[in-house]
Amino acid sequence: MKKSVVFIILICMICVLAVGCAQGVSRKTAEEGPVEKKEDLIVVGFSQVGAESDWRKENSESMRSAFTRDKGYELIFEDAQQKQANQITAIRTFIQRGVDYIVLAPVAEDGWDTVLGEARDAGIPVIVVDRMVNVEDESLFTCWVGSDFRLESQKACRWLKVYLDKQHFKPGDVNIVDIQGTIGSSAQIGRTRGLRDAVIDNGWNLLDAVPGEFTQAKGREATARLLEKYDNINVVYCENDNEAFGALEAIEAAGRRPGRNIRAGDVMVISFDGVSSQALDNLRSGSISCIGECNPLHGPRVRKIIENIEKGETPDKYEYVDEDIFSGYEGITEISVDGKSYPVKIMGK
Amino acid sequence: MSKITNKFKDMTDTELLLTITIVVFFLMYIGAIIFQGKGFLKPQTFFNILNANAALIILSCGMSVVMITGGIDISVGGVTALVSMCAAVYLDFKGGNVAVSMLIAIGIGLAYGLVQGFLVAYLDIQPFIVSLAGMFFARGMTTIVNTNPFNVQNESFQALKNARIIVPGMGSVNKKGVYVNAYVEIGVIVAIVIVILMFCLLKWTKLGRNFYAVGGNKQSALMLGINVKKTKFMSHMICSLLAGIGGYVYFLHVGSGAATHAQGAEMNAIASSIIGGTMLTGGVGNIIGTFFGVLSLSTIQNIVSSAGLDQAWWTGITIAAMLCIFLVIQSVVMARKKRAIKK
Repeated sequence: MKKSVVFIILICMICVLAVGCAQGVSRKTAEEGPVEKKEDLIVVGFSQVGAESDWRKENSESMRSAFTRDKGYELIFEDAQQKQANQITAIRTFIQRGVDYIVLAPVAEDGWDTVLGEARDAGIPVIVVDRMVNVEDESLFTCWVGSDFRLESQKACRWLKVYLDKQHFKPGDVNIVDIQGTIGSSAQIGRTRGLRDAVIDNGWNLLDAVPGEFTQAKGREATARLLEKYDNINVVYCENDNEAFGALEAIEAAGRRPGRNIRAGDVMVISFDGVSSQALDNLRSGSISCIGECNPLHGPRVRKIIENIEKGETPDKYEYVDEDIFSGYEGITEISVDGKSYPVKIMGK
Repeated sequence: MSKITNKFKDMTDTELLLTITIVVFFLMYIGAIIFQGKGFLKPQTFFNILNANAALIILSCGMSVVMITGGIDISVGGVTALVSMCAAVYLDFKGGNVAVSMLIAIGIGLAYGLVQGFLVAYLDIQPFIVSLAGMFFARGMTTIVNTNPFNVQNESFQALKNARIIVPGMGSVNKKGVYVNAYVEIGVIVAIVIVILMFCLLKWTKLGRNFYAVGGNKQSALMLGINVKKTKFMSHMICSLLAGIGGYVYFLHVGSGAATHAQGAEMNAIASSIIGGTMLTGGVGNIIGTFFGVLSLSTIQNIVSSAGLDQAWWTGITIAAMLCIFLVIQSVVMARKKRAIKK
């Protein structure tokens, strides 16, 4: 009796598994449709960093909607969960599956020579998006699309400078802490460097710089610790919005008020990305003072590049996406960096 | 039919579970080829699985030994991260050479084995607690050695990392019509040598048989005159030593040091051992099974991502389902066998 019960359960489990597999297969063949149609599809393998922030999710979504079947593409999406080893494995899988293009959003800049060499040997063009790769031979990747993180940071720091001058604030009284992104990523490197340069140029005090890994939890933790350690912080510079959300929580929990009225004891929060509605709401309410936009919509641009390569053209090696600077403060409408002026997008209430 | 049943009865538990593992692995791989085609037909896909999992194979071998002896060691992932970071810092910041960095890896492994083995065997502390502390210590130390992740630039290390062993006759033609050789990394050779060594150790040495005896029944082992404490101590020594070596192989594969390296590797090693037919209760297990356990685990991951289930959590769910199925198969088969013998 007992024996047969166990046996039936076992058979059921195997059946479930078998049906599950069969469904997966039938769904696949159904989508593929007629054989000749499948031949036209351009197969793109995309190795994404993970899903750590709103920016990243928006970025993945942009890629997914740019490479759909009705546009003539098949997208193989691999989430690397923040690990370079996973990305290397994913690229090797793409090579073995014989994809037409590899799109790589690298988790870190170093350590790509070997695997990109393998992709080149297999004759597959590699398009790098978002963060850069640091390889000895630049021909290992076809082109790069992404943001100028240094410029984003320069713009935000410029905004801060103009604002502080307007308030007649002495540079020596400005005490900044830097909540850094994932160490070694291009966004972190560019945004940290931009701040460092501005601190030196303007004579501000940079009290501390700690990693916040681009997440809300780490941002809150780091800010809370810093607020305890230093009682004179008046600017928190977060290297993305999710860290800023964490920082806002920590500031409020510490009994301080986030805002731009530094003289009255507010803690000013500066941030980057500006993709989620939550970030823009915070801008309108004034709790985040300024956001350097980081455009996540890479999908259409990458598709354009692939279309051009298909036509036989050679794309530009480096392509920057256009980016704005957002603020809820109406007093500054324009800033200039390196002699070029950029309008500030004011988020009204 | 009766012949098969007899054969079934003659098998030891270990052999029986090993057979199941190997059969399931091949069925799965054949299934992948039939349903997913393309990629899985190329030998390089299989070699890539080996390349990416060489370190896990080594860690799992050590894990199996401890589990056969009736213990567990969840510090192996932490040790892997610690080894990578120490070797990376030594190679890049201290300008060290590759041979010494390997000695560092082995040294860390041995030190871990000594301490954990002593605590478990001679002070009679639960192996789970001891290795839990070991895991926290290793992760903490990794961050102290160096907080930020970085890639190693040392030239002789890079040369070793990029060294390829060509597998003759297994290559394939790429899209441009050029023949590309199939290859494996050095780590795979290390892993295979260790699998063979551990297989021999468990099968043909006194120490190996003692592991099974102690794991199967500690009291009878004691009565047979086996030094139970020493046997337990040795199992932890071997496991940690292999964690050190596996850590270096992992380091050789990724070429960087980071505190987050090999997160969850200990759990993958336990899962692989279980899929390979090692029982958590001790006394049953086989290294060849563990080897196939690792391969099954990574093949299923490969299948999941090729099937277009791209969200990361799908992999977790499939592994859970697979573990569950294996455990049920194991217990059903064992129960049926016991009944068959009784009759």
